[in-house]
Amino acid sequence: MGGEPIVAIVGAGPAGLAATRVLVQAGLRPIVLEEATLPGGQGTRRLSPLSEPYRAALYGQGADAMARREDTENAILAKCDYRPGTLVWACHDNQLELLGPDGFVGQPYTHLVIAVGATDRIMPVPGWTLPGVFTLGGSQVAVKRHASFIGRKVVFAGSSPLLYLAAAQYLRLGHRDLTVLDTTPMAAKLRAFPAMLRHAPRTAMEGLALMAELRRGGVAMLSGGTIRAIEGDGRVERLRYVTRKGRETVVAADAVAMGHGLRAETQLAELAGAEFRFDPDFRQWFARTDAMGRAGETLWLAGDSARIGGAQAADAAGSLAAQSLLASLGRQIPARLLRRGRRRLKAQLDFQRAMTGAFRWPAETVAELPDATPICRCERVTAGEIRATLAAPVGPVEINRVKSITRCGMGRCQGRFCGPALAEIVASAAGETPGRLRAQAPVRPIPLVADTEGAEQRA
Amino acid sequence: MPKIDPTPLFHPISPGTPRPVRFAFDGVGVSARTGDTILAAILAAGLPCGTSEFDGAARAGFCLMGSCQDCTMWDERGRRLRGCMTEVTDGQRLRSRPYDDET
Repeated sequence: MGGEPIVAIVGAGPAGLAATRVLVQAGLRPIVLEEATLPGGQGTRRLSPLSEPYRAALYGQGADAMARREDTENAILAKCDYRPGTLVWACHDNQLELLGPDGFVGQPYTHLVIAVGATDRIMPVPGWTLPGVFTLGGSQVAVKRHASFIGRKVVFAGSSPLLYLAAAQYLRLGHRDLTVLDTTPMAAKLRAFPAMLRHAPRTAMEGLALMAELRRGGVAMLSGGTIRAIEGDGRVERLRYVTRKGRETVVAADAVAMGHGLRAETQLAELAGAEFRFDPDFRQWFARTDAMGRAGETLWLAGDSARIGGAQAADAAGSLAAQSLLASLGRQIPARLLRRGRRRLKAQLDFQRAMTGAFRWPAETVAELPDATPICRCERVTAGEIRATLAAPVGPVEINRVKSITRCGMGRCQGRFCGPALAEIVASAAGETPGRLRAQAPVRPIPLVADTEGAEQRA
Repeated sequence: MPKIDPTPLFHPISPGTPRPVRFAFDGVGVSARTGDTILAAILAAGLPCGTSEFDGAARAGFCLMGSCQDCTMWDERGRRLRGCMTEVTDGQRLRSRPYDDET
């Protein structure tokens, strides 16, 4: 490749921002593409103007440090070709396809960093399509973007450290009717804790402090068991679950925030040429990269979209990816810096791996889902329809085949929310490890007609 | 449309915040705070943001971050948008289905 390098970074969350920082410090001017109107990512999402008044209540003593960090990020983005409100919907032949304020634009690149994050991993339950059920991440976005609570009686249900974080955020903003229902038993957390403490002592202790805060605040906390159903007449009225000892329990609620950990957003990486491997601890497919996040000749991946690690890991991974990219351009990177970055990343990733035991993905519960349970929200394909397809003589039992036949995974969200459960249903029938849904452009729905006026409202 | 339940599906953190912005959703007048998203305003009014084309059940948003497309809706020019990602503008007229009802 001759000429000036064209470096594109997709995603302005913690990983993308860290990569941007390193590249700007090295004198480059990368193109930074962000689908949202504000940088910051999801878990570390910035407050909208509407939610800004709640900054001190949400972040307490950390609020000032956070504001300073945002100022630093803004200063760095001012030195880039930063394009908020821009969706990257395809990638081919070293070119990205964009839809943004200027409509449809093709953007060639010589070097690409993908840092598009993750969304909640969802295990469906009967009633999960009722109004009042949101993702766990969504319950936090409700506060940080929409300046709203999702309900008056909120249950945070599933298994994830973010159950406790989201509940704490609601508590700090004055919400007083909160329940955390964590399906992984306390004993599993105690078993995982020593390893968590060893890898990332500060993060582990912050988790304990969060649970203590919830206890002091009177938040009901239940752990262990299986969520049976979310019920109500046209909207959420209660959540039904069975404790580990088999006791049926009902929690009254008008909203449920559900999540079982995070699902890496891998579609764009696949279109850019990444290869994937199944990670048995996380029970999901992550892209293959080297220790620096390099996934190909012109491709680097960083943050949760590469492997689930949280914001601190994303920051470390973003820096490393950028340093590796700079090295490929012939720049000298001090070995000491690389060693420190890799150590920092490894500690956080090992911590997250230890946490997969403390907050389990309940793969086995798909077998217990009633046939009528919708697995695909978009097109309401049920567990029963998927099972019937698997029982029919369709040839090799393979997830993409099952998707084609049932349309589970072909709706508007393109398998983002049904994918993990579909994979488990197919895997239980095939007796194999869960498969991977193939990615396809466009990675988000886009209008068929190019029309530059008002394109920013569409995507 | 399913029956309209006046009980809100979203609750403003500060209930007293003024709601000076007005828009219409499926012909129903809705008020919003300055800077609100379309979805937040609709849910605060107790309205779902549409129905599923497949089983007719109410849709009311899910991921709230532009990924699930549950809050897909249309403006009066027939342009599709995501309610959770789009700031509401005064006088806007929105629909839970595209105008021509073909999709």
